[in-house]
Amino acid sequence: MTSKLARLFAAAMALTATGIAGATQYNLQPPQSIIAREIYDLHSLIMWIILAIFVVVFGAMAYSIIKHRKSVGHKAEQFHENTTVELIWTIIPFVILIGMAYPATKTVIAMKDTSNPDLTIKATGYQWKWGYDYLKEGISFYSSLATPRDQIEGKAPKGDAYLLEVDNPVVVPVGKKVRIITTANDVIHSWWVPALGIKQDAIPGFVRDTWFKADKPGTYRGQCAELCGKDHGFMPIVVEAVEPEKYAAWVKDQQAKMTKVAAADEPGKSWSLEDLKARGEKVYAANCAACHQASGMGVPGAFPALSGSKVATGPKDGHINTVLSGRPGTAMASFKHLSDTDIAAVITYERNAWGNKTGDAIMPADVKALRK
Amino acid sequence: MDAVHVHDHGHGGHAHHPAGIMRWITTTNHKDIGTLYLVFSLTMFFVGGLLAMGIRAELFQPGLQFWRPEFFNELTTMHGLIMIFGAIMPAFVGFANWQIPMMIGAPDMAFARMNNWSFWLLPPAAMLLIISFFVPGGAPAGGWTMYAPLSTQMGPGMDLTIFAVHIMGASSIMGSINIVTTILNMRAPGMTLMKMPMFVWTWLITAYLLIAVMPVLAGSVTMLLTDRHFGTHFFNAAGGGDPVMFQHIFWFFGHPEVYIMILPGFGMVSQIVPTFARKPLFGYSSMVYATSSIAILSFTVWAHHMFTVGMPATAQLFFMYATMLIAVPTGVKVFNWIATMWKGSLTFETPMLFACGFIFVFSMGGFTGLVLAITPVDIQLQDTYYVVAHFHYVLVAGSLFAIFGGTYYWLPKWTGHMYDETLGKWHFWLSMILFNVTFFPMHFAGLAGMPRRIPDYALQFADFNMISSVGALGFGLSQLIFLWAVIKCIRGGKQATDQVWEGAEGLEWTLPSPAPYHTFETPPVVK
Repeated sequence: MTSKLARLFAAAMALTATGIAGATQYNLQPPQSIIAREIYDLHSLIMWIILAIFVVVFGAMAYSIIKHRKSVGHKAEQFHENTTVELIWTIIPFVILIGMAYPATKTVIAMKDTSNPDLTIKATGYQWKWGYDYLKEGISFYSSLATPRDQIEGKAPKGDAYLLEVDNPVVVPVGKKVRIITTANDVIHSWWVPALGIKQDAIPGFVRDTWFKADKPGTYRGQCAELCGKDHGFMPIVVEAVEPEKYAAWVKDQQAKMTKVAAADEPGKSWSLEDLKARGEKVYAANCAACHQASGMGVPGAFPALSGSKVATGPKDGHINTVLSGRPGTAMASFKHLSDTDIAAVITYERNAWGNKTGDAIMPADVKALRK
Repeated sequence: MDAVHVHDHGHGGHAHHPAGIMRWITTTNHKDIGTLYLVFSLTMFFVGGLLAMGIRAELFQPGLQFWRPEFFNELTTMHGLIMIFGAIMPAFVGFANWQIPMMIGAPDMAFARMNNWSFWLLPPAAMLLIISFFVPGGAPAGGWTMYAPLSTQMGPGMDLTIFAVHIMGASSIMGSINIVTTILNMRAPGMTLMKMPMFVWTWLITAYLLIAVMPVLAGSVTMLLTDRHFGTHFFNAAGGGDPVMFQHIFWFFGHPEVYIMILPGFGMVSQIVPTFARKPLFGYSSMVYATSSIAILSFTVWAHHMFTVGMPATAQLFFMYATMLIAVPTGVKVFNWIATMWKGSLTFETPMLFACGFIFVFSMGGFTGLVLAITPVDIQLQDTYYVVAHFHYVLVAGSLFAIFGGTYYWLPKWTGHMYDETLGKWHFWLSMILFNVTFFPMHFAGLAGMPRRIPDYALQFADFNMISSVGALGFGLSQLIFLWAVIKCIRGGKQATDQVWEGAEGLEWTLPSPAPYHTFETPPVVK
C-alpha cells in the first residue's frame, strides 16, 4: 500500500517537474536582453541551491517525524547541544551565500553602467499614463492604455493584449544601448519591462536612469510597478524593438508629425470657440476624464465635479491657474506639461460643456501670459 | 528548571475586582489584560480577513466586477494596516501579558496601570481606522506603507490613519517598556537570564526593537501630516524635499517591524517543539545569540525594500550583503528546531502540528527571502505578486501559525479545559492546505510579471488568480473553526491537568489549571 502510494507520488512529482520546466508561465519571462538573461540565470542558480537545501533540511525533518514518533516507540534522547554541529551549520550557509553574492555583484555593477548610450529616452510618469521624450531626436508623445473601457467592464470580450496595450508604443532599435531616464509629474511610478530586465522608479522632482539593449525585434510589454493611485493597474508600457533602418524611418516620420503639429499650433493664432471645444474634448478625454469623468460629474467624495463648479464657471484666470499649477495636497496635479493650445482648448471645453455656459473662448496667448 | 512553588490557593477567593464590564475596563491584572488583547486581536483578524475576501473576490476574474479601483486600493491598504497593527502585534502582546509573568514567576507585570492604559488605547485607534472608510474620499488607498507623495493626495481618511498609528505606537511603546521592566526586574530568584524560557527571551529582544523603531514610524507619519496640512515639504521636491526620504525613514521602522512580528513566534515554537519532542531545546544559547543577531542585523537592511528607487551601486551591494547575512542566524534557528525533534519521542497534538507547519512554511518564506535578497532578481520581482507570496509565507504561515500553535498550547492553562483535538486538527490541516493553495500560485504570477496592488490584470494571470481566490475563500472560512474551537474550550471540555502536556516544562505548568487570578504572589525558587 505504502509503496504504491509512494510510486504514485513520485510519478506525480515527475509530471509536475517536466510540466514546470516546459512551461514559461511558471518562471520569469523569457529574457530578451543581456541583463534580463543574467537575472534569469541568477534566479535559476539560486533556485537550485534552495532546492538542495530544501531536500536536506526537510528530508531530515520528515525522517524525524516518521521515525522518532512516540507511537512507534521511540524513546527521547536528552542531548541538547553539540558545538561542532552548530559551527558547521553556521559556516556552510555562509560559504553558500558567498557563492551567490559573487555573480550577483557582477550583475548589479553591469545594471548600473548607463554610460555611452546610443539613444536616450526620458520616461515621465503621470497619473495615469507615460510620457516619452527622445532627447536628441526631439520626439515627444504620450502613451496611454488602449484597451477599451467595455472590455474592462466585461461588456466586450477581452483581447489578447488586454491591459497591456497602448496607443503610442516606445520604438527602439535592436542591438543599441538605450538609456531610459525616469521622472514623474505627480507621485512615484515605476517603469518596468520584465523581458528587458529593467525596472526603475520614476520619482517626482528627481531623475534616475537605467538601460537596456534589446536582443531581437519584438513587442515587449510591461506595467507601472509602483502604486500610484486609482488607475495604477491601467498604465502599461509597450516597447517595440525594430531593426535600425525601420527605427530611422520611424524617427523621420515622427519628426515630420511634430513639425506639422507645431505649425498648426503656431502661437498667437486665433481660434474659434467651436474649434477649441472640439480639440478640448479630446484633451479632456486623454487627461481629465479619469478623475472628473467624461460626464464632468467627478466621483463624489474623491474627485470634484466640474459641471457647475466654482472654478469652471468663475473667473477664467483662476481656472487657468488651477490647471497650470494643480492643487497641492490633492490629487489635482499640475498640467503645465501640456501645450498652451491644449490647455486653452481644454479649459474652453470645460467652461462650455455639461451645462457650463460661460461662452468664454480661451486663447493660447491667455495661457502663455499666466505661465510662470 | 525545577521550581518549588508554595501553593496558596486560599488567595483565590480574595479577588476583589468589579464584575461585569467594569472588570475589563478597570482591570490591572495581567491575565485579564492578556485576554483583552487576544480578544481584540481575534476581532481585528476577522475584520482584516473580511477585507482580504473583498480583494480576492475582485481578483477572481480579470475585469472589474465588484469594486471601483479606488475602493480596491482602500481594501489592500486597510487589510495590511489592520492585520499588522490590529491582529498580529496585539496578539503577541496578549501572549506576553498572559505568559511572561507566569513563565518567570512574577505576580504581575511591572506597571499594572500602564498595562491597562496601553490596551485601552487600542480600541479607539482601531475605530479611527475603521471610521476612515466612511469619511469623504474613503479610507487611505496608498498602501499600508503610506508612501509620499501619494499619501499627501489622500482625503481625511489618511489623517485618521495617521492618528491611529500614533496611538497604536504609543500603546506599543508602553507595552514594551512594561515587558522589558518585568523581565529584567521581576524574575523569580534563581532564574538567570540564560535560564529564561525562549519565549521570554524573544519578547525581551522584540520589546527593545519596538522601543527603537516605533518613534521612527511616529516621526515619519508626523512629517506626512505636516506636509499635508502645515505647508512643510519634507517629501515634496518642489519645496526642497525628497519623496524617497519617506521610504528610508519608513523602512528603518518597517524592517525591524518584520522581526517584531516574527521573533515572538520563534519563541512560541521554541516552547512547543521541546514539549512534544519530550526533549530539551537544542542549542539554547545559540538560539539566544541567533535571535539577537537577527535583531541587530534588522537595523542594517531596510533599503532592500527599495532596490528600484535608484540607489548607487555601493548602497545596493551593502544592503544585498547585509540581507543575505540574515539567512545565517535564521538558518541556525530552523536547524536547532529540527535538531530538537531529532531522536525525540514525538507526538502531534494541534500545537505541535502548527509548530511543524510553521517551520515548514516559514522556511519556504525564508527561501523566497533569499531569492529577493539578490538585488538584480529583486529588481525584477519588486512590487510583484512574488513579494506578496513571500511576505504572506512569513507572516501568515509564520506569525499567524505560531499564534495558533501558542493558543492551542496554552489555552488549557488559561481556561482549565482541553480544547477539542478533532477541531484543532481540522483547523490545522485546512489552514495548511488552503494557505498554500492561496499563496503558492502567487509566486508564479509574480515571476510571470503580475504587479501587486492592481484591481485588474492581464489574461495570462487568470488561472493563478482564480486558484488563489478559491483558496483564500476556503482559508478564510477555516478560521471559523478556530473561533469555534476557542469558544468551545472556554465554555467547557475535559478538565486539564496542571502540567497539561506530558513533556511540558517551565513555571507556568506548576500552576493549577485554570491559572488562578493571582499567581506567584510568593516567588518560586528556580534551581
